[in-house]
Amino acid sequence: MTAIETTAPGTSRARPSFYLKYMVEPYLYLSPAIVLIALVMLVPLAIGISYAFQSVNLLRPFQTGWVGFENFQTLWSDRKFWLALTNTFWWTLGSIFFQFFLGLGLALLLNTQFHGKRLVQALVFLPWAVPTFLSALTWAWLFNPTIGPLPHWLAAVGILSEPFNILGDPNLAMWGPVTANVWFGIPFFAITLLAALQSIPGELYEAAEIDGATVWQSFTKITLPFLAPMIAITVMLRTIWIANFADLIFVMTGGGPANSTQILSTYIFTTAFRKLDFGYASAIAVALLGLLLLYAVILLVLRRKLVKI
Amino acid sequence: MSALRQSSPLAVTGKYLALAFYVGFALFPLYWLAKIAVTPDKLIFTEGTALIPSRFTFENFRTVLLATDFLAYFRNSLIVSLGTAAITTCIAAAAGYAFSRFDFRGKRLVVAVMLITQMFPLLMIIAPIYKIVAAVGLLNSLTSLIIVYTAFNIPFATFLMQSFFDGIPKDLEEAGMIDGCTRFQALRKIILPLTLPGLGATLGFIFTAAWSELLFALMLINSNDTMTFPVGLLTFVSKFSVDWGQMMAAGVLALVPSCLFFLFIQRYLVQGLTSGAVKG
Repeated sequence: MTAIETTAPGTSRARPSFYLKYMVEPYLYLSPAIVLIALVMLVPLAIGISYAFQSVNLLRPFQTGWVGFENFQTLWSDRKFWLALTNTFWWTLGSIFFQFFLGLGLALLLNTQFHGKRLVQALVFLPWAVPTFLSALTWAWLFNPTIGPLPHWLAAVGILSEPFNILGDPNLAMWGPVTANVWFGIPFFAITLLAALQSIPGELYEAAEIDGATVWQSFTKITLPFLAPMIAITVMLRTIWIANFADLIFVMTGGGPANSTQILSTYIFTTAFRKLDFGYASAIAVALLGLLLLYAVILLVLRRKLVKI
Repeated sequence: MSALRQSSPLAVTGKYLALAFYVGFALFPLYWLAKIAVTPDKLIFTEGTALIPSRFTFENFRTVLLATDFLAYFRNSLIVSLGTAAITTCIAAAAGYAFSRFDFRGKRLVVAVMLITQMFPLLMIIAPIYKIVAAVGLLNSLTSLIIVYTAFNIPFATFLMQSFFDGIPKDLEEAGMIDGCTRFQALRKIILPLTLPGLGATLGFIFTAAWSELLFALMLINSNDTMTFPVGLLTFVSKFSVDWGQMMAAGVLALVPSCLFFLFIQRYLVQGLTSGAVKG
């Protein structure tokens, strides 16, 4: 008679060698990824945070060392920082608003039947594939009255008094990068929302129609509730992504004129790249990171309060 | 949803108008880029804002290719993007396979770390990376760019590859393993051939991402020999800001590889953007 093997709860029943193999094997596949991410992203991240509390300026190589919260004190009284913070808010809000609604419209259109659908789909998604530096340059050129038509068109419909470059006007400049960003970002929302739309069972719409629902009713009672989770997650992630997104503004205006388009991420980059003041750049970056974390936490708490699942 | 409904002619017209608006908005800037690129220099100031130029020329392309360094920039960018795409895809395929097929201690932590790396401001590490790269003597080298881009793209590529592996039934490799394959053999002989389209799509996504990266390249490269296309184009723009035709011809050239890869990965866009979710 053989005794039934029993093991204490929590320990494995499998042979030790097998168990070890099963626990270790996934890490064999993962190790290159983990090592690279740790070396190229996590270690520099830790160093970057530590820079925020140091004086690291390549132009003044002999004044290095720990300075405590000095960088943050400078930041607090830095008028440019607060301006950049306000600009970040408007840049993100403006971009996400138009990207989302235009993207939703496009997704709804692409979810219907029409002639030449495959071609249309390829063409409207194309801006997503255009390299960002090129989108930025192209839009900057479009806003240039010498070679671009936009100032002339805007003047013709009476939005501008005369055809001038709005990228040079502190009051209007932010619209330039926002337009480019909307152009570039519509495909992202359209694609993700289209995927969600296609997962809604068609019978629901048939049932609604038989019950006499209008198009608007089936949109608000079926489509929107089904899309809501996808909308919540994409808008949240996209907001963070746009707030971090410096390329367009850096290429189009470099933050100017008079810092009217300077957002936090471009401010970080110009401080590090042009002034080589790594300590101060890292302090701004830590502030931005803190704000984004705060935003994420608020959203998660709200979600828990509002969504009762 | 309008499949069942009798649509009024007005609604149909409206729909096609809306579609035309979207197509026009998407294509117009690219059309303008190509238009200025083929406009002869002499005509730019007289009819720069006309919809169609009265004469065409390929002179600008010839100048850009033969008289400037753009061919070298193009080659550098190609090396960086292809290198990044190839290495990232290999590493991410292995990692994605681990996520898809194993349930192991620490998995949640690794996934969480990967997600977080997609969300913090990447610019935060631009200064430390510059210092590290300078310390190991790799400034102005394409190798440093390949390593940095590879690390940046691994998390997204891993999630993408995981979604492809998830689509392949586990039974297939289990059958192989019962028949005496080791797991690695099963992976190589059964799973990899099935996931070739997935590998191709990942390659395409990473190529496009690496092709358009600008800020880290600006920081890490300042010698003319190793400039990537974005850095070269930006330098050119700030130096010769009135050579409109040439700048735009260079822009059109930068667009070509992206468009080719876009055609290639178009079918996988939905999967790519929903599994990555955070990637632009």
